[in-house]
Amino acid sequence: MQAGPENIAPSTEPTPSSESAAPSPLVAALQREHSESISEVINAFGETTIVVPREHIVEACSFLKTSPETRFDFLADICGADRGPEEEPRFEINYHLFSTTKYHRIRLKVLLNEEDVHVPSVTGVWRTANWHERETFDLFGVIFDGHPDLRRILLPDDWQGHALRKDFPLRGYEPYSLK
Amino acid sequence: MSSIANIPPQFEIVDRPLDTQMTISMGPQHPSTHGVLRLELVLDGEMVVKATPDIGYLHTGMEKLFEYKKYQQGIVITDRMDYLNPLGNNLAYVMAGEKLLGLEIPERAQTIRVLMCELQRIASHLVWLGTHALDIGAMTVFFYCFREREKIMNLIEAASGGRLTPSYFRIGGLMMDLPAGFENRCKQFLNDFPRAVEEFHKLLTGNKIFQRRTQGIGRISAEDAIDWGLSGPCLRGSGVNLDIRRANPYSSYDQYDFEVPTEPDGDVWARYMVRMREMKESHKISVQALGRLKPGPVKADAPKVVLPDREAMKRHMDALIHHFLIVAEGFDVPAGEVYFPIEASKGELGVYMKSDGGAKPNRVHFRGPSFVNLSVLPVMAEGEMVADIVAIIGSLDIVLGEIDR
Repeated sequence: MQAGPENIAPSTEPTPSSESAAPSPLVAALQREHSESISEVINAFGETTIVVPREHIVEACSFLKTSPETRFDFLADICGADRGPEEEPRFEINYHLFSTTKYHRIRLKVLLNEEDVHVPSVTGVWRTANWHERETFDLFGVIFDGHPDLRRILLPDDWQGHALRKDFPLRGYEPYSLK
Repeated sequence: MSSIANIPPQFEIVDRPLDTQMTISMGPQHPSTHGVLRLELVLDGEMVVKATPDIGYLHTGMEKLFEYKKYQQGIVITDRMDYLNPLGNNLAYVMAGEKLLGLEIPERAQTIRVLMCELQRIASHLVWLGTHALDIGAMTVFFYCFREREKIMNLIEAASGGRLTPSYFRIGGLMMDLPAGFENRCKQFLNDFPRAVEEFHKLLTGNKIFQRRTQGIGRISAEDAIDWGLSGPCLRGSGVNLDIRRANPYSSYDQYDFEVPTEPDGDVWARYMVRMREMKESHKISVQALGRLKPGPVKADAPKVVLPDREAMKRHMDALIHHFLIVAEGFDVPAGEVYFPIEASKGELGVYMKSDGGAKPNRVHFRGPSFVNLSVLPVMAEGEMVADIVAIIGSLDIVLGEIDR
């Protein structure tokens, strides 16, 4: 038996204690200016994830976009994830930021409970967030407050439910008919 | 709007002035929308006041399907997203999985991946060029492009067995090594290709009609392009020197010598020139990759993830057991999440993969470059003529399979 995945994969357990000892410069910059917008830092697989309380997501994003150290001027992606109906917090919103001048990347993560799926929109920071947030709204039912045009984008306007939630069956509830 | 009145509206004759705006629906069956894209155009005469893309006609729930398939079964789904660049999709997906597993890929497999991806990029650009020229009215180019593309398709078919859906890359390496004689056929193609590019230039670049249909149309500035998340040739057409192969190198792209072509103007013509120059750069990379091919393994040394060789399976018990387990149960991937970006033919293709430790992913998300590039269309189209919308869509090089997923 040779090294299987369990032997060669790096540890996935977040170790906040060791991270706080030597935070990456990107995290340090945010920590200095907006320490309230960091609730956890996870380093795994060579990627840095900052868990941001949702009320601070817009200020964290605009700081990371404009600060000369970080310069995250490019929002690569926003995608949701569902941890499952029994999990709490249930939903994750992942923001993948990229800098077109410094070439570094970071992930911001907002955790949401099922009863209150509201998160402030970042369309005011990057205009490209528009379609990403519409897609996340369409497939997960997350409401982006302040979005200029929050409509379904991939599924029809009269679609029932949100297709990428874990409790939505793969084949849907019933055959969809175009009435 | 909200209350549909039961009383029928009063009949009245509206005396419309001549400058009234008109809303028309372009697509989803319009041939120049490259698939099933519908645009809601508000027109003032022939001028576009507002263009609103309406997508989702091709939505098949692929991201949902990933959650029900084992990791290796997901590869065939990725083929069907951007069907002009399936090997790029394969690469982003398998490299995200390899990042989670922490696999080291042998050098030969990496070189073959680079070679095949660059051939695929040329093929993708050839389809773009042919259809873009066809949209604008130059029909001949289409046939020349598809003649060259056919040669690449034959090469991809020789390597993988599939033309449009190769599924050639696997988590941990390649499906199989290149067939005998591939290198010679590839060399032959690469020898002839620069002449074909010259032909395309002769057919199109000097054409006055083509120039006037494309220059100054659909402009976007570099700041706007970054803010709107444009990537790939569309972003480089606005003068931003950004290529993921350079910025975040993967699959040993940092060892290749190539240029990143940029054009400053940000119009349809600039995006055309960037792609034309990119084909030459891809050709350059392919030649280097072909020169670097050395014999060696094409699969990582990870028997629990990579299917064993056929011969080993017949002789060794443990290989047979591994084969059975991988096929029947799949392999467990450590819990965690990664985002893996690559430079696909249309821009940044990012795969977000989240595992909870089992044999099936918890979430797979594709950041399709076409999806983001299309969202910029309203900005580019505003104030242009309705006939130029066709040129702008062509210059964005969208594939609806990737947008709707």
